[in-house]
Amino acid sequence: MPGRMSRGEPLPLVHARGLTKRFGAFTAVDAIDFDVARGEAFGFLGPNGAGKTSTMRMIGCVSPVTAGTLRVLGLDPATDGPRIRARLGVVPQQDSLDMELTVRENLVIYGRYFDLSRAEARRRADALLDFVQLLDRADSQVEPLSGGMKRRLTIARALINEPELLLLDEPTTGLDPQARHLLWDKLYRLKQEGVTLVLTTHYMDEAEQLCDRLVVMDKAKIVAEGSPRQLIERYVTREVLELRFPAGASVDLDGRLEGLAERVEQLPDRVLLYTDDGEAAVVAVHERGLRPESALVRRSTLEDVFLRLTGRTLVD
Amino acid sequence: MTSLARIGPWPLGGLRAARLVERNVMVYRRTWLVIVSGFFEPLFYLLGIGFGLGALIGDVPGPDGRPIPYGVFVAPALLATSAMNGAIYDSTFNVFFKLRYAKTYDAVLSTPLGVGDVALGEVAWALIRGTLYALGFLVVTVLLGLARSPLVVLTVPAAMLVGFAFAAVGMAATTFMRRWTDFDFIFVVTLPLFLFSATFYPITAYPDALRVLVVATPLYHGVDLIRGLSTGVVGPALLGHVVYLAVMGLAGVAVVWRRLDRLLLK
Repeated sequence: MPGRMSRGEPLPLVHARGLTKRFGAFTAVDAIDFDVARGEAFGFLGPNGAGKTSTMRMIGCVSPVTAGTLRVLGLDPATDGPRIRARLGVVPQQDSLDMELTVRENLVIYGRYFDLSRAEARRRADALLDFVQLLDRADSQVEPLSGGMKRRLTIARALINEPELLLLDEPTTGLDPQARHLLWDKLYRLKQEGVTLVLTTHYMDEAEQLCDRLVVMDKAKIVAEGSPRQLIERYVTREVLELRFPAGASVDLDGRLEGLAERVEQLPDRVLLYTDDGEAAVVAVHERGLRPESALVRRSTLEDVFLRLTGRTLVD
Repeated sequence: MTSLARIGPWPLGGLRAARLVERNVMVYRRTWLVIVSGFFEPLFYLLGIGFGLGALIGDVPGPDGRPIPYGVFVAPALLATSAMNGAIYDSTFNVFFKLRYAKTYDAVLSTPLGVGDVALGEVAWALIRGTLYALGFLVVTVLLGLARSPLVVLTVPAAMLVGFAFAAVGMAATTFMRRWTDFDFIFVVTLPLFLFSATFYPITAYPDALRVLVVATPLYHGVDLIRGLSTGVVGPALLGHVVYLAVMGLAGVAVVWRRLDRLLLK
């Protein structure tokens, strides 16, 4: 779309206004607004059922928009689905690798779906297998691969058409820490190469690691928007003091922590004190004669932002 | 937007559907023996029933009423049946697996391909397999002297038509299936079709009321079409068979299209 870019201000890669998705009487996405700029890593953060996947499927042009406006790469998914999809890479939440084909064949046939020549599809397949460190498994079946390997293969597959926009729906859910870090490293490198990333996650650390900007979704709506740092600054304090009391003891804490922190959040298993100076709060707690089993001072995270905004933790 | 940007009913003129055929070729390239095995089913029937049973039966009335050897009578019916069975197998079990478990089509739909391409591609693949079997069967029929007319070469496109009709309807039925046990219904339908579609004896064996019922079912049209061609008894009735099967196939594809749209593009 060079003509459209010439106005000086580049169009957002994804543009949504009042975007709504309903399934019968159930509203999965309720009139949300957002823009994703070229080159940024944009995240949808929220618990299961918040509407993240429905939003991703609409952006991926595999789910019709119920109401509102959606433009992807400046085009309308309702009329230009195939043309948009030709320029997208999609990593779905559930692995959809072709179990009847080998690792390399999965990439080659995917390239063919995008109209690449056989030679070009094979060339890119090998380059991508190298990128995701699966070249030595190229001729293996998909089934015996580990979860992390399957995820990496799915990402390689999503890159076969050299997409401008990569959609990742919970890319690391179910992976062990090592596999997650390897994936994050790959995604970070893609971002540096200029690929625009849009991802959903219910992991705070993932959002903090990868996202330049994110929106927090809850019950089909966007409840906050900003960079991870901005969100933390806006909604929570710099530090959090986590207190654990012996079983049963927390029942009669009522009021005894009052005034020690900007905000006190009582969870079933622990108490959170939001304060800019965690160490001072620890001292104050002890001065009041309270004897917690453990006291941990940590930096605030997006988890705290989410808790503040919705009153619930992210992963149940 | 120019009109080119719109999603036509056949994106890129249906060419993208060929990619799905290519995928299936890739899968079966390693397991080509599975494909070859499909050729033996009608052959075994032909040897067992056409020759074994045929030796006891002798001649039966052909399509025009004149007696023909039983082998000549039954061979075209077996071709039609195997075209049906092959198409049903490919378009039901295989498609169900890809649709419900392997999520193959979900992955495909994230590419420029659409549900129309999936519907066409899978039906086309079932058709291609059926054609290979029909060609093999044609060779055997000719070698065994069971063909009575040069028109027998037309049994290959005729078998393709039978395959198309059953593949489309089979895939349409599959989109409504929820679990593997639902597939028992397929045998409830295909087995009587196999036994009663004037396959083993002329339709004149039925009383009038039953005959109307048999003529309404699809395999009968396939059997009578292929039998007419291989025995060289052609008439306007054959055209009727062609129209019946073509309409059945197109209706099936239309249903598949709508159903996949509902199932996959929620």
